[in-house]
Amino acid sequence: MDQHAAIPPHARTYRYDAVDRDFLAARIAEFRDQVQRRLAGELTEDEFKPLRLMNGLYLQLHAYMLRVAIPYGVLDSRQLRQLAFIARRFDRGFGHFTTRQNIQFNWTKLEDAPDMLAALAEVDMHAIQTSGNCIRNVTTDEFAGAAADELVDPRVYAEILRQWSTLHPEFSYLPRKFKIAITGAPHDRVAAKVHDIGVIAKRNAEGAIGFEVWVGGGLGRTPVVGTLIHDFVPEAELLAYLEAVLRVYNVLGQRDNIYKARIKILVRDLGDEFRDLVEAEFAAMPRGRYRLDPEVVQAIAAHFAPPAFATLVDDPPALRRARAEDRRFAAWCATSTHPHRTPGYASVVISLKPIGGIPGDASAEQMEAVADLADRFSFGEIRVSHVQNLVLPHVRQEDLPALHAALDAHGLATPNVGLVTDIIACPGMDYCALATARSIPVAQRISERFADLDRQLDIGTLHVNISGCINACGHHHVGHIGLLGVDKRGEEVYQITLGGSATNDAAIGELIGPAFSYDAVVDAVETLVRTYVAHRTQGELFKDTYRRIGPAPFKEALYAPA
Amino acid sequence: MSGPAKARPATQPVAITANDLADGRVVWLAADGGWTRNLAAARIFAPEEAAHALAQGQAAERARRVVGAYAVEVELLAGVPRPLRFRERLRATGPSVDAIPRPALPIAV
Ligand code: SF4
Repeated sequence: MDQHAAIPPHARTYRYDAVDRDFLAARIAEFRDQVQRRLAGELTEDEFKPLRLMNGLYLQLHAYMLRVAIPYGVLDSRQLRQLAFIARRFDRGFGHFTTRQNIQFNWTKLEDAPDMLAALAEVDMHAIQTSGNCIRNVTTDEFAGAAADELVDPRVYAEILRQWSTLHPEFSYLPRKFKIAITGAPHDRVAAKVHDIGVIAKRNAEGAIGFEVWVGGGLGRTPVVGTLIHDFVPEAELLAYLEAVLRVYNVLGQRDNIYKARIKILVRDLGDEFRDLVEAEFAAMPRGRYRLDPEVVQAIAAHFAPPAFATLVDDPPALRRARAEDRRFAAWCATSTHPHRTPGYASVVISLKPIGGIPGDASAEQMEAVADLADRFSFGEIRVSHVQNLVLPHVRQEDLPALHAALDAHGLATPNVGLVTDIIACPGMDYCALATARSIPVAQRISERFADLDRQLDIGTLHVNISGCINACGHHHVGHIGLLGVDKRGEEVYQITLGGSATNDAAIGELIGPAFSYDAVVDAVETLVRTYVAHRTQGELFKDTYRRIGPAPFKEALYAPA
Repeated sequence: MSGPAKARPATQPVAITANDLADGRVVWLAADGGWTRNLAAARIFAPEEAAHALAQGQAAERARRVVGAYAVEVELLAGVPRPLRFRERLRATGPSVDAIPRPALPIAV
């Protein structure tokens, strides 16, 4: 491992070595040649398409789109600045952060794609495995290495899984794409139970670290909460166990029907037999070869060693004063900070959901501002959350007023994290070639409708998730209120599901009734929120009210003749 | 799943659309046989000409100038073509949202 003098020692991303860099350089040179041959007419689209997809390049409605992997959502300031550079130089000055903790550039030109990849490689980034039937970017908790409730740092295991899965010859042509999420805290902030594999860290009675393994969750056409197939895989056995799962899937997954090819269908069809097959595979594996050597874990963990935290106290007087003097700042502290494990620090969520804005979009200037603020306040570290916000993981609480002011100057201090306007929305028909309806303008209109902060705070935590087609990139099934845009005779209508949850009590939302038109859907959401507010008990979340009182009051409010 | 209109015989006038190979932008087959970004400048074919028109688009695909040619049914409003399906209207006009996120509105507290 070289020392990468150019990378500030504080930036806790996994640092590539010379072998990684040579590999990326060769891969880009190969793709540059393929692009030239395509532009010169030597390759047909049928020949070229799989090649471009392997490099993260999609053809969308209005342009090519480059999807860049952000391994487990972790960035350093140098990388974020480079993303800003790419946005400005090759796109229209924006990037779109996705629910897979990746970033997409929506206006890519084919001839620019190799240069974009070269610019990414300069900061140890790439677009490999962002498409195709392989193991995609492993996602993890945006508060990794910081959260007060964390048992283990999930970045370490996510990086191990990344190294294991990247270009794994056995798993490059799975029956279908494969998504893994891992959390190091008992509180599931990664939607583990709706992933192909969800891994949740825990300690056993002896204090040893191990993992719950959930399999066969997923959204899309067949939404399903995963099945717990092992409630304590010891740390050393994690790779072997996951490989056993992948092997069973690779052999038995239905390759001949795209709608039945995900592991969730196999798990559903086999029931308990799936677990038995995995256990048999696991038992037969040469476990010594897969055993996670503590030294290897240590070496990877060293990449994510904690920064040099100062000795501070929680809730310093300066912070208390600032909160008392500025209500908007106080609201921001309440919604946008998350408890840190180190006294005197907090993790800060930067909302990419300005009122009326495009969820998950950041301009090049905003990315640069966040990179600068990360250097100033958070040891150069930035995270991308699966709800399409950014996070500065390690901020001194005494710095919160200054950070808030600086964010505010860039339109990045909307105090709405977790509230009704912190909407997850996929690109939908404004960009996506697969879409059946738009997502973004629906999110914008809902956001504008609920702009009043007092009202938002009164409503409290409420997750509205919107997808532009059944593929469910906007996680609509697990929104407290989920909206799915569908095509009805060439026009957009929106189905509404209620009661979904993406966390420990994961649940798939239930369809409430006939769909609403584009014009009517915001009023429908308003009606649902009013119904919730009228029926909730003290402190009860929307999903819990829904579970308690059932769909009838919501249905009646939505569909009863006026 | 949405995507290009299903291949069924056209019953309405059609325009031929595709994406430009080099930059991926939406293009329409023009009267001069070239490709235009402007639907208003597209050649409109009668329904019975649709198959022949699509063949022209596909020839351009084989010539590696465009990607994914297909026919889009349109209606003519005062002579101006308007796709029947919302998806194609959006392709013709570009995203319906501002490319530039609006600055955060001041929030009443
Ligand atoms: S949910 Fe559908 S419309 Fe939205 S990004 Fe995914 S594929 Fe595209």
